[in-house]
Amino acid sequence: MAGFLLRRLANYAVLVVLAASLAYLLAATALHPRANFEDRVPRPPDAVVDAELSRLNLNDEVPLTERYLTWGAGVLRGDFGRTWQGEPVTAELWRRTWVSLRLLLAGTVAGCALGVLLGAYAAVRQHRAPDRLITLGSYLLLSAPVFVLAVLLQSAAQKVNDVTGVQVFEWLGETGPGASEGTFGALGGLGDRVRHLLLPTATIALAQLALYCRYQRSMMLDVLTADFVRTARAKGLRHRSAVLRHGLRTALIPMTTYFAYTFGLLLLGGVFVEKIFGWHGLGEWLIDSITRGDVHVVAAVNCFAAVAVLLAGLVSDVLHGTLDPRVRTGDAP
Amino acid sequence: MNGREAGPGPFARTAPGTAPGPPPVLEITDLRVTYEPGVRAVRGLDFSVGPGEVLGVVGESGSGKSAAALAAVGLLPPGARAEGSVRLRGRELLGRPDAELSRVRGKDLAMVFQDPLSALTPVHTVGDQIAETIRVHAGATRAAARARAVELLDLVGIPDAARRARAYPHEFSGGMRQRVMIAMAIANDPVAIIADEPTTALDVTIQAQVLEVLRVAKETTGAAIVLIAHDLGVVAGFADRVMVMYAGRAVESGPVGEVYARPRMPYTIGLLKSLPRVAGPRVRPVPVEGAPPPATAPDDGCAFAPRCPIAEPRCRDAVPPPVPVGPGHLAACVRADATEGRAEIFPVPVPPPAPRRPPRDERPVVLEVDGLVRHHPIYGGTFLKRRAGTVRAVDGIAFDVREGETLGVVGESGCGKTTALMEILRLAAPQEGAVTVFGQDTAALTAARRKALRRDLQVVFQDPFASLDPRMRVASILAEPLAAHGVPRARRRERVRELLDLVGLDPVYAGRYPHGLSGGQRQRVGIARALALEPRLLLLDEPVAALDVSVQAGIMNLLADLQTRLGLAYLLVAHDLAVVRQVADRVAVMYQGRLVELGAADALYAAPAHPYTRALLDAVPSPDPARERRRRVPPLPGDPPDPAAPPEGCRFRPRCPRYAALDGDRRRLCETTDPEPHRPARDADRRVACHHPGER
Repeated sequence: MAGFLLRRLANYAVLVVLAASLAYLLAATALHPRANFEDRVPRPPDAVVDAELSRLNLNDEVPLTERYLTWGAGVLRGDFGRTWQGEPVTAELWRRTWVSLRLLLAGTVAGCALGVLLGAYAAVRQHRAPDRLITLGSYLLLSAPVFVLAVLLQSAAQKVNDVTGVQVFEWLGETGPGASEGTFGALGGLGDRVRHLLLPTATIALAQLALYCRYQRSMMLDVLTADFVRTARAKGLRHRSAVLRHGLRTALIPMTTYFAYTFGLLLLGGVFVEKIFGWHGLGEWLIDSITRGDVHVVAAVNCFAAVAVLLAGLVSDVLHGTLDPRVRTGDAP
Repeated sequence: MNGREAGPGPFARTAPGTAPGPPPVLEITDLRVTYEPGVRAVRGLDFSVGPGEVLGVVGESGSGKSAAALAAVGLLPPGARAEGSVRLRGRELLGRPDAELSRVRGKDLAMVFQDPLSALTPVHTVGDQIAETIRVHAGATRAAARARAVELLDLVGIPDAARRARAYPHEFSGGMRQRVMIAMAIANDPVAIIADEPTTALDVTIQAQVLEVLRVAKETTGAAIVLIAHDLGVVAGFADRVMVMYAGRAVESGPVGEVYARPRMPYTIGLLKSLPRVAGPRVRPVPVEGAPPPATAPDDGCAFAPRCPIAEPRCRDAVPPPVPVGPGHLAACVRADATEGRAEIFPVPVPPPAPRRPPRDERPVVLEVDGLVRHHPIYGGTFLKRRAGTVRAVDGIAFDVREGETLGVVGESGCGKTTALMEILRLAAPQEGAVTVFGQDTAALTAARRKALRRDLQVVFQDPFASLDPRMRVASILAEPLAAHGVPRARRRERVRELLDLVGLDPVYAGRYPHGLSGGQRQRVGIARALALEPRLLLLDEPVAALDVSVQAGIMNLLADLQTRLGLAYLLVAHDLAVVRQVADRVAVMYQGRLVELGAADALYAAPAHPYTRALLDAVPSPDPARERRRRVPPLPGDPPDPAAPPEGCRFRPRCPRYAALDGDRRRLCETTDPEPHRPARDADRRVACHHPGER
């Protein structure tokens, strides 16, 4: 297993370098940080702008290869350069990574788990009311883009807040002002954070859930009629135990591969959710930086996304290896 | 369930004429299984089995035998309904809630399924899967159940059971997996075991091993066994009584000796007559023409009547009731009087007169294979792919096929016989050695010459369901090779008609799609397609392995007749030695990529010189209960070895009974030297790759 993972890691390293370079080259050609200076009133002299841009390695007069090499050398040292305003990108990247992580983690886990369970349940109840209901729900979710979903959830939450007269849901930012200064102190602050997490987490979870649910359902249908589930029943297992211990356990294996595929989609969904719910995470930063023409931020976030997607691939490989003994032994030379 | 709490049905064990034995363990009365409305798989089945008794249930695909088994254990798929009565030790099982049935399943009533590859959960170790069976019923601790699982694995003959219990199903061979299934079935000392085609997908040698394990299981548990099989050979030596099923009903039942010696229902007679045999005189098998009725057919008269050579109008009046025809022997036939004394009721097909052919030495060689090698690399390694080993699929074989003759290639699965056939079919330079087709070395062919040569060399595949394009009509399937070789359109239509006639199909089939044909008809289309370009050599890859026994005979006879009429040469690859014997003039036996014996078929079957050939022949079950019971040759031990790691010296040594019986000095030769095929002293036509040939 270790050898197999090492080999995968080596492959991934190559892919990350490629993805990051392409992202940088695209950002450096498409974005124009010079425009930010030219729009200033009073407009600074060209020499000053050139000097500032050169200092930041953003000068479009300098050949692209040269800028790329400077940037690449920095990245290798762990330095993603500076924003056009001169702030170091790396520190901000880490800070915002944690924000995004707080947002995505709960949503992903809840979406995967619920999706798998609902899908499996729908398969067991195939062609009956629960299956039809789940199928209808997941198709509705699949056809609603994340931003529509988010806005719908927000207006629903507003209704609930109006009806109950209590602020059950909050949906702006990570925390409300002064929450930890209330009667419950730090605990109140935590409660407030959780309250702020509810809606964005639900948005991400629902979008994920629909995908997993459909896929798990079809996987499960294959397994339900499998001979080994019949064998388990012939051993005297009740239907539910046979399906859970033998069926679901086997039907989970292909889901691990699916996890890697949907991770990119998840990141994209995260961008919308951050923007809509006012979270100052990576997604929001990326969008803002593209409008500002901030080459280094765009390259850094893209590089991070590439790493994240490949790490998701690695996680899915590990899960696959853990769940499927046929892969484990197949690796032994 | 339906108020028919009747006494034992007409096919129950205590049939008229036998003394009532101990009370039956498993008793099935008037069982009917319906899948969808109108699809009636089982149409009133009665049988019973006593303690320690083995009932063989024989029937072709679609006869309802598996549906009956699943109904008995209450595991029919959703939507299927079972009616009638299934009693285990007097307690009714049908209609009981699933919770109660679950306490019976796997404990008192166990089941062994057909395909051990898909019947075991891939993600749990076999030890855990057996332990689970024990824990579900006995509530044993995990450790105790595991320890018992190891004991069971040891009992069914899995070497190094403690270690192997921690292995996963994919790490076992087919035979070993079936042993695991049997271990699971006997884990809770059941009173009855239903084994649904437990040996169907296995090689003859492994089949003999598994039947032996089933015997051990029976002796250990004293359980009643229902052994379901599709041919009469398998159950002959193992069952006490046999029941033949056709179209959802039992058509004949009785003690094995009686039924095999004096079958009275024409279908049973047909099954026995159509079965090719490895022993005794070589007789032409008699086919049972036609196909069984679909499961939707109405109950109007005897279901076998359309295929029955002695059917009378009254056969179609009502479903014939079973009548006693001997001691404990029942047959559901209104013409039982006509089958008494076993008249030759099926027309014996008359082979076309054999043309006068010059002796073998003077006939031209159509195919010559010399030192043919096909190795597959295995890759492994952590960082870089590197070659970790070699599967020696075909490892230097030599033979020739002359005009108008059949060479049969036999061996266990994985011995390289199909690989060899595919190498010849490629018509390209082999990795090593040479293939010469009609005098032309395939290594030296130009593309144009190769295409021209393909006309003379055609192939028939194993699975007629997979080898015909489901979206093409029969006429297009047959015309395709003609079009590919530029035959004008007008001539093509004519040729299609000729071809259908040649393989015995009615011209109306030209407009049908493959799914509208039965298995035997499809294989006839497959043969017709191969014959379209008037080839001189046919490569036959297991041409009857996917067909029911009664249909096999028809296809084999067709192949034999075509050979006589068209002067074809055949290279026939098959695992069934009895089938090969029917059509082959010469036989080559392969083991681990090598030819271990080659010779004229009659001489080779009569006196096999290589111990492997002898073991293969001994393992073939014959439909002769007396003979099967008399001979108790221990089956060939072990599995076919890993083709990537052949043992030192002779490759067959680890399983060789002759080697095991040798003394030290003579053993050394086997251990150190890989035997080359040589000509034994008595038989100039034979090649044997053994240091000690011909000894018993």
